[in-house]
Amino acid sequence: MNLNSYGLRKFKNRFFFVACAVCVVLAVAPLVSILWEVIVRGAPQLSLNFLTATNAKDGIGPAIQGTLILIGLTSLIGVPIGILSGVYLAEYGNNHFGSTMRIINDALTGVPSIVIGITAYGVIVIGLIGSYSAIAGAIALSFMIIPIIARTTEESLKLVPNNIREASLALGAHKWKTTLRIVLPSAKSAVITGVLLGVARVAGETAPLIMTILGNRYFFQGLNEPMAALPLEIWRDSLQAQQSIIAQGWGAALVLILLVLSINIIVRVVSRGRLRK
Amino acid sequence: MTETQQKPIQPDPQAKMQSINLDVWFGQKQVLKSINLSVKPNTVTAIIGPSGCGKSTFIRTLNRMHELVPNAKLNGQVLLDGEDIYAKNVDPVMIRRRVGMVFQKPNPFPTMSIYDNVAAGLKLTGAKKGEDLDDIVKKSLIQASLWEEVKDDLKKPGTSISGGQQQRLCIARAVALRPEVILMDEPCSALDPIATAKIEKLVIELKQNYTVIIVTHNMQQASRVSDFTAFMYLGDLVEYGRTKDIFESPKSKLTEQYITGEFS
Repeated sequence: MNLNSYGLRKFKNRFFFVACAVCVVLAVAPLVSILWEVIVRGAPQLSLNFLTATNAKDGIGPAIQGTLILIGLTSLIGVPIGILSGVYLAEYGNNHFGSTMRIINDALTGVPSIVIGITAYGVIVIGLIGSYSAIAGAIALSFMIIPIIARTTEESLKLVPNNIREASLALGAHKWKTTLRIVLPSAKSAVITGVLLGVARVAGETAPLIMTILGNRYFFQGLNEPMAALPLEIWRDSLQAQQSIIAQGWGAALVLILLVLSINIIVRVVSRGRLRK
Repeated sequence: MTETQQKPIQPDPQAKMQSINLDVWFGQKQVLKSINLSVKPNTVTAIIGPSGCGKSTFIRTLNRMHELVPNAKLNGQVLLDGEDIYAKNVDPVMIRRRVGMVFQKPNPFPTMSIYDNVAAGLKLTGAKKGEDLDDIVKKSLIQASLWEEVKDDLKKPGTSISGGQQQRLCIARAVALRPEVILMDEPCSALDPIATAKIEKLVIELKQNYTVIIVTHNMQQASRVSDFTAFMYLGDLVEYGRTKDIFESPKSKLTEQYITGEFS
């Protein structure tokens, strides 16, 4: 055996490992520094008053409420449509219509949020409702969440082994029951992950909200009225001159991160509990 | 060949299932050529033959699982109690309730418990009210000789038991629907010899209540469990008769060569 070449190969092996390790640190470093910055600057803001009071009383209550309402409404519209589209693409989409829809769906995933915002502004805010409104924001965000959920649902359903489908069909189950009772539950955790990714993504969107819900200094006024939201709060606060308001923006950023994180944890715990039943 | 095509095959009144001039294609490729085979009730029929001879394709035509494959085409008739299961007004879903199937690899539903796996067929197809699920699950597991092994673990996931037990669970799942015919597609090919022996014993027991059609690449298995044997080769049904006759005095040279291991 040639020992020189052995040494070289051993070196290449180590080099590859070190390169991977360095890259993973490079990838995580900005994330950690962002988290650190937000925690250090935002944590001192947190107080019951800050979380529940209106802007006039140095709080971001309306923004938290608005974001929760937005996430709820967006999920209400987007999750069923997204999941069922994904089911169509995975289980029935093996045809021209299916592949066309798949391409359009992928293109939608990549549409910049500002474009979706301006479309919602033109069609819903100006055209249908005639004012900035909470519902316009929810519709704009569901345009963003649907393609994400549809895509991840399709991918997760395709990973379910075909012999499970056959087992169900061979028992004399109809296709829709097979899909609903056998295939979807088998892919449940992956589908939920897709939904959470979508929710986390749109929870932080600002551009479409500027053009749809506008922002509001008060708590929820109605679906047809302007509404506050955390990303808008962060954006507006950071543009202010007073240090105290900028600090509130940091606080709002921390709350937004914690909110997305806790939604993530809650949904995971709940769905795991169901499986164990 | 031409002679059989000219002389129309008559439905056999004593058959539980019968295929008449059954041709099957995948795309342009013909994989079954004019198969005529009639299966008697409460018997075990083994289908043997080398890989790719069409034996799995054949049994999948018997409960219309065949048509789930894209580009699959079929010509001819398959009779169940004298009725053509491919007739226009027949719903494949109803056929699959009467003709159950056990697959090559055990495929219990991964999200369900042992109990729910057995009950799955009844639940998925809309169990009739008043049916005692607990009772059906227990009876099915007893019929599949699995009850003693799992009776204390009914709530555990169906995938938590061994491969051989999973396959018997799949048999219990099929039996729970009270089908008339049970198709088995190489049910032991993924199992060890001890698990295989249990399934073989079970197959022989099952014929008291059901008609069993079993595909196997294992000739010893065919001779151990079956009353009738069909030998297929390259999409043709070469020979069909009593298992004893096929193995001891095959009429066709090809059958003899296959059985004596001259090719496989």
